[in-house]
Amino acid sequence: MDFNDTPQEAKFRKKCRDWLEKNANYKDGSSKSEDFANKDKLNDAKAWQKKKYDAGWAMLHWPKEYGGIGASSMERIIWANEEAKFDVPKGIFEIGLGMCGPVMMEYASEEQKERYLPSMAEGKEIWCQLFSEPSAGSDVAGLRSKAVQNGDKWIINGQKVWTSGAHFSDYGILVVRHDPNLEKHKGMTFFFVDMKSPGIEVKPIKQITGGSSFNEVYFTDVEIPDSQRLGEIGDGWKVAITTLMNERLAVGDAGGADVEDAFRWAKNQDDLGEPLLNNKAARESIADWYCEKSGLKNTKLRTMSALSRGDTPGPEASITKIVSAGKLQNIGNFGIDSLDMAGMLKADDADIKSFQNAWLGAPGMRIAGGTDEILRNIIAERVLGLPQDPRADKGVAFKDIPSGNS
Amino acid sequence: MNLDFSDDQKFLQEEARKFLEKEKSISRNRSVLETESHADQELWNKIVDLGWTGIRIPEDYGGLGLGHLELCVIAEELGRYLAPVPFSSSVYLFTEAIINYGNEEIKKDLLPKLVTGEVIGTLAVTEELYAPSKSNIKVSSKNNILNGKKIAVPDAEIATHSLVVSKSDKGVSFQLVDLSSPGVTIKHQENIDESRGHFSIEFDGVKSDLVGDENSGWELYETLINQAAVLFSYEQIGGSQAALDMAINYAKERYAFGRPIGSYQAIKHKLADMYVALTLAKSNCYYAAWALSTDSSDLPSASATARVSATKAYQLCSQENIQTHGGNGFTWEYDCHMYYRRSKLLSLNIGSLSNWREKLVTSLEQSNIN
Repeated sequence: MDFNDTPQEAKFRKKCRDWLEKNANYKDGSSKSEDFANKDKLNDAKAWQKKKYDAGWAMLHWPKEYGGIGASSMERIIWANEEAKFDVPKGIFEIGLGMCGPVMMEYASEEQKERYLPSMAEGKEIWCQLFSEPSAGSDVAGLRSKAVQNGDKWIINGQKVWTSGAHFSDYGILVVRHDPNLEKHKGMTFFFVDMKSPGIEVKPIKQITGGSSFNEVYFTDVEIPDSQRLGEIGDGWKVAITTLMNERLAVGDAGGADVEDAFRWAKNQDDLGEPLLNNKAARESIADWYCEKSGLKNTKLRTMSALSRGDTPGPEASITKIVSAGKLQNIGNFGIDSLDMAGMLKADDADIKSFQNAWLGAPGMRIAGGTDEILRNIIAERVLGLPQDPRADKGVAFKDIPSGNS
Repeated sequence: MNLDFSDDQKFLQEEARKFLEKEKSISRNRSVLETESHADQELWNKIVDLGWTGIRIPEDYGGLGLGHLELCVIAEELGRYLAPVPFSSSVYLFTEAIINYGNEEIKKDLLPKLVTGEVIGTLAVTEELYAPSKSNIKVSSKNNILNGKKIAVPDAEIATHSLVVSKSDKGVSFQLVDLSSPGVTIKHQENIDESRGHFSIEFDGVKSDLVGDENSGWELYETLINQAAVLFSYEQIGGSQAALDMAINYAKERYAFGRPIGSYQAIKHKLADMYVALTLAKSNCYYAAWALSTDSSDLPSASATARVSATKAYQLCSQENIQTHGGNGFTWEYDCHMYYRRSKLLSLNIGSLSNWREKLVTSLEQSNIN
């Protein structure tokens, strides 16, 4: 057992760090908001992505012809580790590069790949993912937006929801129902769409945090050329699964207030005349959060060990979001409750703000990218091998599936 | 980056698994539980023959001279197979204490015999129905003569020697005692996992040998259990995995309302939670094993982290395995209760969950995690 890079890994890490040191500043600990509705921030993010692209760091695992350098998984992780130490804008391109990119790579024509992938990597064009619908959340395959074929075009009508970044995206990947007479999973087809197409209307959703990172996207007689179909007619679900698998890898740590913050806070916060850190219940909570945080960190190290050896990692990483989102919510509660009655008040103090943000943001983390419940199903079925639930929608034409009031 | 065991260590683990499977270790555990015996002497002898008791003992003293990582993989398998032997008492605690703190004379005398099984050791700490501490130890070792009573000492009957945490006017010390000495009275105390007997030991003017300094006993004990906690944690994750596997298999085979109970989300989510707890604990154990094997300054927090998460994982996995089995899980006939009992034994030997949470936060205060 050791935590050392192999000589090759060390050489690559140094190369990453040297470039980053020349082109960015180390983080100074102050947390920055990433509100990309702000034009300046969006432009900063695009500028950083372009800089990375020109130097070959943007999508380093992609093949050279699409703007990558054909890097290994281990090299990708090393780059991400190093980049995370620097104060650079990120997040905005994750959906495009992490989910849309892989689907385009697998299903688009050669000509389309050459046209779209490099400009996606460069940050010139931003992509979003149009899957969820008002009646199709955890059960994404219950989607109802319609595609009707008309010559070499498709006409799309319906509504998507929870689309991150739709308001500043240039393109989107889209799964829709082309035939409600077929079984649920067989009646879907997959496209990519120009978000500037006539008939597309984007409306931001106001979240419980007050912010708006998601949107509703309405489609009214939107035309998509058949050449923008990804996969065969009826293969929509198969293509969507490729994306969802990538989403579950991309949605990792919840971020935000963590055990170190709770610990530092408890040292200084008063609890009936004593430091909160002397309180037995506070100490036990901190011990448990520290075990969770270390458990996730060490699980990542095990995954990296497998990659470093050239092995396929086990399913351990599937626990990350369940554990970190729950921890975030508990730490938010801990910080706010420690203020007693004054916990009601919004404050300028950075720690209090971070506990309030944790508390308000955590419910979203427990839902986005697979709810706690869906993730438990996935662990139970795919990792532990338990049987699927019997389903009321199997072998039934989509139009005949019971749908309640939604 | 390599947070994993070597191929040789994995091979050793595989061999250990095959051995314990072939020896029907789990049935042996049931036999010990159901009879008057308090350990499986025959299984212990075979373990001695395999050399496991001498894994960490240097070759100069007849051992294998291997490291803690080899001991970790063995511990995981002993936990998985509920081996009813005094391995944790004799190897993780007694042998480690002799290697670390014994003088040359004691080492020369005891280490070769620990390899051959002639000597089996245990550790006697508790005296009252609450946690022992530096200030509440009463057993006296004035002039290296022991007087007083220890309780809840694991494996004392099969053991030949014990290290005793005791007190003289100079402070708390470790005393080594031959349990066949005149003045030693060992009595069985009924306990909640009789596959590992627990005993009271009364000392009435028993001659003992000092190990370590006369006033460093409590600090040596703390250091010893910080190291041993990693090995206990490996036994705990081995047991957790076995309990989880048992629950998964049952959930696939048992039908209710016309379908396997494992197809209900109430059961799926329970088992997923067990998997999550076990995965966190296992990853923390890997890091603690690294810290132990390299004598890292991170060891106190790393071992407490492994210990807390492994205790929680085994508690959850063993109790929810019973729950998944429904009424069958509550019967003596099913094996579920054996994991439940062992999880409690392993979580209390070397100190409770609450104690280890406290140790963890104390180590964070000392290293100042922010």
